[in-house]
Amino acid sequence: MISLNVNGKTEEVDADPATPLLYVLRDHLQLNGAKFGCGLGQCGACTVLVDGRAVFSCVTPVSTLAGRRVTTLEGLGTPGKPGRVQRAFIAEQAAQCGYCIPGMIMQAQALLERTPHPTSTEIRKQMSGNLCRCGTHMRILRAVERAAREP
Amino acid sequence: MNRRGFIARGGALVVSFSLLPRLAAAQAGKLPGSLNNEPMLDAWIRVGADGRITVFTGKAELGQGIKTALIQVAAEELVVEPARIELVTADTARTPDEQYTAGSQSMQESGTAIMNAAAQTRALLADLAAKRLGVPVERLTIRDGAMNGISYGELVAGQSLHVRAQAKSPLRDPMTRTVMGKPLPRVDIPAKLTGQTIYVQDLRLPGMVHARMLLPPSYGARLRALDTAATAKMPGVLKVVRDGGFVALVAEREFQAISAVRALAQGAQWDERANLPESKEIYQKIRTLPSQNTVIHENGKSGAGPAMLEAEYRRPYQMHGSIGPSCALALYRDEALTVWTHSQGVYPLRGALAELTGMPRDRIHCIHMEGAGCYGHNAADDAAADAALVARALPGRPVRVQWMREDEHGWEPYGPAMLSKARGRVDASGKVEDFQYEVWSNTHSTRPGPAGYLAPGWHVEKPFTPPPPRAIPQPAGGGDRNAIPLYKFANARVVHHFVTEMPLRVSALRGLGAYMNIFSIESFMDELAAAARADPVEFRLRHLEDPRAQAVVRTAAERFGWATWKKSPGRGRGFGFARYKNLAAYTAVACELEVDRDSGRLRIGRVVAANDSGDIVNPDGIANQIEGGIVQSTSWTLHEAVGFDHSHITSRDWGGYPILRFPDLPQSVEVHLVNRPGQPFLGTGEAAQGPTAAALANAFADATGTRLRELPFTAARVRQALGA
Amino acid sequence: MPMPRFAVIASVAVAVCAACTAQPVAPDAVPARASFDPALIAKGAQLATIGNCQACHTAEDGRSFAGGRALESPYGTFYTSNITPDPDTGIGRWSEQAFARALREGLDREGNHLYPAFPYEYYTRLTDEDIHALYAYIATREPVRAQNRPHELRAPFNSRALVGAWKALYFERGAFRPDPARDAQWNRGAYLVNGLGHCSACHSPRNSLGAEKKDQLFSGGVAEGWHGPALNARSPAPMPWTADELFKYLRTGLDDVHSIAAGPMEPVVRNLARAPEEDVRAMAAYLAALAGPPSAERRKRADAALAQAKTASRANGRGAEVYAGACAACHDRGREAGSGGALPLELGTAMTIPTSSNLLRIVLEGIAPPEGERGRAMPGFADALTDAQVRDLAAYIRGEFGRAAAWTDVDEELKKIREERK
Repeated sequence: MISLNVNGKTEEVDADPATPLLYVLRDHLQLNGAKFGCGLGQCGACTVLVDGRAVFSCVTPVSTLAGRRVTTLEGLGTPGKPGRVQRAFIAEQAAQCGYCIPGMIMQAQALLERTPHPTSTEIRKQMSGNLCRCGTHMRILRAVERAAREP
Repeated sequence: MNRRGFIARGGALVVSFSLLPRLAAAQAGKLPGSLNNEPMLDAWIRVGADGRITVFTGKAELGQGIKTALIQVAAEELVVEPARIELVTADTARTPDEQYTAGSQSMQESGTAIMNAAAQTRALLADLAAKRLGVPVERLTIRDGAMNGISYGELVAGQSLHVRAQAKSPLRDPMTRTVMGKPLPRVDIPAKLTGQTIYVQDLRLPGMVHARMLLPPSYGARLRALDTAATAKMPGVLKVVRDGGFVALVAEREFQAISAVRALAQGAQWDERANLPESKEIYQKIRTLPSQNTVIHENGKSGAGPAMLEAEYRRPYQMHGSIGPSCALALYRDEALTVWTHSQGVYPLRGALAELTGMPRDRIHCIHMEGAGCYGHNAADDAAADAALVARALPGRPVRVQWMREDEHGWEPYGPAMLSKARGRVDASGKVEDFQYEVWSNTHSTRPGPAGYLAPGWHVEKPFTPPPPRAIPQPAGGGDRNAIPLYKFANARVVHHFVTEMPLRVSALRGLGAYMNIFSIESFMDELAAAARADPVEFRLRHLEDPRAQAVVRTAAERFGWATWKKSPGRGRGFGFARYKNLAAYTAVACELEVDRDSGRLRIGRVVAANDSGDIVNPDGIANQIEGGIVQSTSWTLHEAVGFDHSHITSRDWGGYPILRFPDLPQSVEVHLVNRPGQPFLGTGEAAQGPTAAALANAFADATGTRLRELPFTAARVRQALGA
Repeated sequence: MPMPRFAVIASVAVAVCAACTAQPVAPDAVPARASFDPALIAKGAQLATIGNCQACHTAEDGRSFAGGRALESPYGTFYTSNITPDPDTGIGRWSEQAFARALREGLDREGNHLYPAFPYEYYTRLTDEDIHALYAYIATREPVRAQNRPHELRAPFNSRALVGAWKALYFERGAFRPDPARDAQWNRGAYLVNGLGHCSACHSPRNSLGAEKKDQLFSGGVAEGWHGPALNARSPAPMPWTADELFKYLRTGLDDVHSIAAGPMEPVVRNLARAPEEDVRAMAAYLAALAGPPSAERRKRADAALAQAKTASRANGRGAEVYAGACAACHDRGREAGSGGALPLELGTAMTIPTSSNLLRIVLEGIAPPEGERGRAMPGFADALTDAQVRDLAAYIRGEFGRAAAWTDVDEELKKIREERK
């Protein structure tokens, strides 16, 4: 059994320690936020936070997460009470198909925790590891800027 | 259970002909939109006794915002708060058959049907209320789901709405709208951004098992031997499903399935026989393959003449590359099959699955659940077929098939490589005197339809043969979509060379031929404009008679500041315009960019677009689609080409198929909308891609004096074109 | 670095330097583009791809040749200069004479010593014709207005006078002299590798004053924190390099049985992709000859590495667990992940060199193809793995794939990399 701290809660999962976190989140814990986009660490759809840093959960084995805090989209807010970054994305209508957006939100969260007032260039650079195929990029940038303006 | 049974239960509105003399006369002639195929009002709108409204559409939410737009249309005509409406999308057991959600036709087909059905439903309710209250219909106060205070639910008690639609509807006055035309926030976004179960990739059913496909390494590969010994002992493995070259590995847990299928791949031996053309010579190949040649437009007398400008353009295979690879769930139980899929066409898919499995159509139920953006015919149907076949091998257990990134990149149908040639001449007055355009392309649709268009259908022991490809006729067109310019030329001739042989798997990619044809024609317009020594925008206006086209061109130019833009070394501006399919939305795009000759990088500055989509239902939805289309087209135009060698597709991941990333974005994108309330809806989803490519190409030429005619404009290609 | 020895050298240097200050070359606007023969510019362009000028003189996301790129060194951070022909902030007032003098003698137009971070100790070997062509190319780039950023060097290295002393001790001026006993291709390769290519700058060890150890040429060096492996008979690559494999690697960054180009080699191979084919072949032939034919012992080790690469059984332990979950998907044999899969680590050089720096940098930073270009992509694990996990993984990889004694510098290198990332 592997013990994980996910969104502040301790979860015991019966999984091979080599299992990437993404599949444990989705398959064992039924959390939808982290998404499968490539499984190769190339697209960022699976982005979560580990100890506040953005990480690609598809290439992070659960064996490495003992004693570390995992935060997923679900840890930022709920449908009834979305978190700051989620609210900003909703307000900017920063989504088309929306599939990449949870990963974007996590990446943005990590950025804003380290750099509360990032420049436009810093945002573009930090987000560059996350792919969007629908072309929602401009709204995503506006959403991150909006979240940065909120206290 | 079919639609009628579902609606007959519980209270719903039914009005017999005798109660409604106004609507009694039999209707002849076309009904608006998809009502023409499904004329019964209760197929579209249901009013529950509890006052809840259910609207049914045969279209699917692809991320284009259609759910919200259709809710707005229904809410407007029914005069209810949007929040009261539940919209049910494409489901073969519940909704009308609107074929595919494709071609930017959802508003034109479904929006029109729902708008009219809702209006006619409102009229029926009004008649009931009038009768009940003994007041004339005109004196009713209709507000938020009630008429003179009587709720729709009360009005509807004990009735059903099995009434045939009329050709004409009492549509509300566009000037009094409260819902349509407003930027209502999208109803699906909050759930998607808070992790609720919306995507088919997120669906979990009790007892569900996980399957991964072992796909052939190349087209036509035959499975010679498969050693399952290693995987049989791996944890969680339930079954290897095999039918000829169709192989799926099923396990309890998702990562168990992934690990096991990797091991299974090691124990597989394939006889590969794919013989792909030389990637560098693909355009010559397309030119020389047999083709069906059709003159799709001719006016005046085109011919050879003095000083004809001539140019050839090229567009490579490009992929959908959905950010979430295709996925489907299927359950086979009691000789019935249920499939949850993000296919664009659940009804055609059902037909294809019936053929594939040999099951009767009415025992197959296909339900649309959202996937990642598909941008056309991607692997969604293949994944659905995979799930269906695996489910049949494991009756009673829901089977989830998830394609991996390599699967999707390697096997999805691409947008076909295309070649075009333009010739033209301007006369002394600076108008185009002769315009000739030819385009060579494969089909842009191999949608199932036939089981022979499903990839799993090719892998099974008794494979299905794909039927010969067919061209989509004008005015929509496939490879020839937007090959006929909207401009009025004295003499013009357009030829479509429909190439039947398909070296790579191809089908519909957003915009179909429009992306390439608009890129070509709009690039050539600039070359003609230069020959006429005319400003590119003014030159286009010279040849446009449609005032709505002119308005869009002018708006984009003005908002961009075309007339006062300052040139400097290495910087250029460009313009592109088209009316999608010459039938749908009008879009003009102006942009500026800077060229770094030594790195070959293009830095895009401002992009300014103007769009006319007819009657705007949701302005933010349209802006979102146009912005997205601009950015997506920028990615296609600067980066994208499927890589392949003699036998394999070599673009199997994002490293092998680079797309636009944040640092590459334009500095800004602005969209200006021209609203035409009361006019027909015009499809928007594919309207921006072609004009954007043209604007970029023309800006490059303006910046450097050099024309780029082969897509994409990679850094290497830019450097080569510009020289040292 | 021992202080007393340094103090002696410093005092000698100051004395010597006083006599060594060069005269300025008069400012002279570079000729207009039209006055250059296009064929000469084209030749200069090709030479520049081998010299890698653009990679160093372009900042990340910056305009080409406008400088501003940070070059980390043991002495501090250098910032490359603007070599576009901008008259005020670039070299727009450098005549060809001034340009040639910079390459040959390491002096700027005003006569100040240039730091050998600009590899003039190699460029001095260029022929006059090649310098002439390079000038035509550089002088016709797009002018960009960008002020040079001052270097941030630790004392005493921030004194240019010291550079004069250094040059007096270590710098040998003069063009390349072909070896008549060798064929034309070898000589061409030797000229390019030791001149424009300045390969030795990263692949040879240097003394504490940053001078090449002439008796250990190509025995391995350091560049921007990365280890440049030995290219001579002491090559640590599990598989010996043939000339064909070297050619393929230099052109594409990729070869079937060797590591992908990473770190500072990435821009090198990107540029060499655009160089004349026969020149890259010549460089490959020269480098293959430099290493010489592999010994029987080396061939045996190579066969063992290849054999192990085909099996998939792995030892256990914490590092193995990290590998199994984070690396194996792409690096182990089996289902092909991505466009061609990733290198089986038995064949990687990062595992066999004496320092952990390369492996750690790759693990933490990943490998990304240049913006918009096709290539292999590997994610970075800097935030996914804790230091302890990186240590475990490194130890596992070194043992399992490098089949060598444990690295002793993991902590130090890891700390350095984490600092750089802040």
